Amino acid sequence: MKVKVISRSTEEFTRERSQDLQRVFRNYDPALRPQEKAVEYARAVNAAKLEKIFARPFVGAMDGHADGVSCMAKNPNHLKGIFSASMDGDIRLWDMASRRTVCQYPGHKGAVRGLTVSTDGTILISCGTDCTVRLWSVPIAGAGESEDSSRNVSKPLIVYAWKHAFWAVDHQWNGNVFATAGAQVDIWDHNRSEPLNTFGWGNETSVSVRFNPAEPNLLATSASDRSIVIYDLRMSSPARKLIMKTKTNSIAWNPMEPMNFTAANEDCNCYSYDARKLDEAKCVHQDHVSAVMDIDYSPTGREFVTGSYDRTVRIFQYNGGRSREIYHTKRMQRVFCVKYSCDGTYLISGSDDTNLRLWKAKASEQLGVVLPRERKKQEYLDAVKDRYKHLPEVNRIVRHRHLPKPIYKAANLRRTIIEAERTKEKRRKAHSAPGSISAQSYRKRRIIREVE
Amino acid sequence: MRGYGADLESLKDKKLKGQLSVKEQLYGQSAKAAAKTEKWIMPTEGGSLVAEGLEKTWRMKQEDIISEVDILSSRKACDISLRVLGPYTLVYTLNGRNMLMAGRKGELATIDMLTMNLIKNFQVKETVRDVVFLQDGQTFAAAQKKYVYIYNRDGTEIHCLKEHEAPQSLQYLEKHFLLSSINKYGQLHYQDVSTGEMVANYRTGLGGARAMRTNTFNAVIGLGHPGGKVTMWKPTSVKPLVSMLCHHGPVTAMAFHTDGRLMATAGMDRKIKLWDLRKYQVLRSFAGHARTLDFSQRGLLAVGNGSFVDIWRDSGGDQSFMDRYMNHSMVKGYQVGRVRFRPYEDVLGIGHSNGISSVLVPGSGEPNFDSWVANPYETRQQRREKEVRALLDKLQPETIMLDPGRIGTVRPTRATEAEEEDVAEVKEAAIAAAKASALKHKTKGRNKPSKMLKKKQEGIERVKRSFMELPPERESKKLKKTEEVELPRSLQRFAKKKSS
Repeated sequence: MKVKVISRSTEEFTRERSQDLQRVFRNYDPALRPQEKAVEYARAVNAAKLEKIFARPFVGAMDGHADGVSCMAKNPNHLKGIFSASMDGDIRLWDMASRRTVCQYPGHKGAVRGLTVSTDGTILISCGTDCTVRLWSVPIAGAGESEDSSRNVSKPLIVYAWKHAFWAVDHQWNGNVFATAGAQVDIWDHNRSEPLNTFGWGNETSVSVRFNPAEPNLLATSASDRSIVIYDLRMSSPARKLIMKTKTNSIAWNPMEPMNFTAANEDCNCYSYDARKLDEAKCVHQDHVSAVMDIDYSPTGREFVTGSYDRTVRIFQYNGGRSREIYHTKRMQRVFCVKYSCDGTYLISGSDDTNLRLWKAKASEQLGVVLPRERKKQEYLDAVKDRYKHLPEVNRIVRHRHLPKPIYKAANLRRTIIEAERTKEKRRKAHSAPGSISAQSYRKRRIIREVE
Repeated sequence: MRGYGADLESLKDKKLKGQLSVKEQLYGQSAKAAAKTEKWIMPTEGGSLVAEGLEKTWRMKQEDIISEVDILSSRKACDISLRVLGPYTLVYTLNGRNMLMAGRKGELATIDMLTMNLIKNFQVKETVRDVVFLQDGQTFAAAQKKYVYIYNRDGTEIHCLKEHEAPQSLQYLEKHFLLSSINKYGQLHYQDVSTGEMVANYRTGLGGARAMRTNTFNAVIGLGHPGGKVTMWKPTSVKPLVSMLCHHGPVTAMAFHTDGRLMATAGMDRKIKLWDLRKYQVLRSFAGHARTLDFSQRGLLAVGNGSFVDIWRDSGGDQSFMDRYMNHSMVKGYQVGRVRFRPYEDVLGIGHSNGISSVLVPGSGEPNFDSWVANPYETRQQRREKEVRALLDKLQPETIMLDPGRIGTVRPTRATEAEEEDVAEVKEAAIAAAKASALKHKTKGRNKPSKMLKKKQEGIERVKRSFMELPPERESKKLKKTEEVELPRSLQRFAKKKSS
């Protein structure tokens, strides 16, 4: 007969010296692990609770402006700096790490309405209600950080004066041309004192302008006649126009899916559109209770941040109807501009109370260098929490956000009103002849028409 | 083991379909990777006993096996002979490292099986009926004459659990930190060892259970009662989950297979039955007595009776065709009290009236352990870390259910059955609450005991009445049935025929 018995030698299974690592042996047989789902569920509950414990999104505030912050600009070549401009014409360059002003650019006589940085990061372009466009030179990255106490004050490179007040400015992603929005949309070159080209459709002022990240000749603007217009620089007339029921305050293109853009609207919603098919919104992002003032996409293209007149900053997923996160502080008043940092970790919000605030994009994220084991553990906890986040106990913890009372009440009121309207629609449809009333999807409801 | 994948064809939601298909792909990839690593990551091979020619495996004696096997393994088969302090019972830790032997007359000894060192040996001078290891392999609980006592590795008594009165058997649920005991009156207690709170006390109503085992697959405790019934319990319900009549006489022993699908019970009616726990039906029935039963990690069944131990193995693979594998008979006069397989080793421990024996059973243990689950070579630091992790992952008693895979799934919409179950549970809970409610103590001579009792019973009846309302349909159906029968025979042809 043949006999074999399990025999293990201790040397194989224990370490030789005390400075060696302990030996680990794995057997992935699920029979060795009973009640896996219960263990995962317990871990999901604990992970949700821990996430809430470590959720401290507010990093710091940068104060220095004397009036409300009206616009901000990111420098794509320099991660740590952010430009901001206020309603009294003061433009500053901030160092986000130390939260101090590096450089100031005084000169504008009225409110500065638009800020943008050129593609190579050397020129800052600003425009304002004093009908001027000013170009400034940006200090080289690293030069400004050595002297913390001294504040550089720069003179503009050049000042272009024009006929009407400007509302917004944006630079081409990969070119030499920038566009300003005002009574008309003007296309400028750095060295010309007059715009190269002018676009206009109707007699309305354009309120915001954005160039497409992938297609350098495409830009989207929104006007105060509740329209969104898409222009192509190579054509003399606008490419597409979409008229909605309320005005759009700001537009942002998705950097990863450049055919899609999201419009921040006055009716408290954000609408995501596919630029090729404007008759229906791709997604309606609802959660704000007051007009959405500004919107910016994360460099990953997976989420975007919005700042609203209701004193909150919200983060949405690019395809999600509800916000993932809400940030608010007692001291933060109406938020006029938001930016997502170029590495996708921070948000910067500029608000009416003259402060810029720095927030974490993921509220419970550990900043700094994370060890591989810590990172793996965090990824595991996120994954197990995602798997069970639909169960009531985990859902209750994950969903919980403290809202300021006025926003909570306003949200309840909006919900009641929307529910009432929906019930009325449903009843009307139920009590009328079948087929006489057609249901209109919410994505189409806020669009009046598309004009070619 | 994981079941079928999600049915993506019937989904209409494109977003969900996309997300699910990505997840299914990931599952497939990880399963393949795990299967691949199995080939070269498993350091040890399992044991086996193959008979050549006309030999039969059950005629192999221990001496023959020991002579064929290497020295280290032959040392694992040993006999510890202690005659004085009563029949001995034994228990192993989950990683097979430590063993605890308890003599009925009060001797407790922990032995480190790897180095064969005696960790601690002491006497409690009282009857000890059962012992279990607690969360680390060092603290243990002993069911003594009147109460349950918890001892640490040095033999110091740390706790005396007075709520467990006259305990007969103990079981410990690892992941839930629950110590449960049954006493001769049939009272089942669940106590949380980490916080100390008593989670549940139930009166089984069926008498003291001689056999008490845990189904490790779903953490359900099975009791074998003197009436022949086997009941299965969870800490959150007053009534047992399952109650099945298994034998014509008292149930003497029971054991659960590690995958939770098979149960072996033995009764005084000279039958040993193998039950399928999915359909609750008998798979096989053997003749014979059994004082003790145990399943090994690889599905071998050890049956202890008198002074010999039979070991059966399923040769067909579907566990319905168990045949004799080995047999070990000891000196006549040694009464086998308990058999337990040692985890991750090919060893069977036998506790008998004269001490402890361990015999080699090739092919009974799982050869490859997982360090994160149970590590027989764990160091002190690893043991401490494991205890902390286990506390962090402690499961709540509500997660114990017959089908542990139901967590996270959508509740089935079979309305009537689900409703009845829920209603029964709610009813039990309400009745228990009504019975436990404290009455206000009245003054001025108005608190006669007879009146207090009457008031309490009224409260219980009120609760019962609120559940007693039958839906009117059932009553009318009953009436209709009786009406049909009453027609005389000659008029039956004119009766209303049921339309099919």
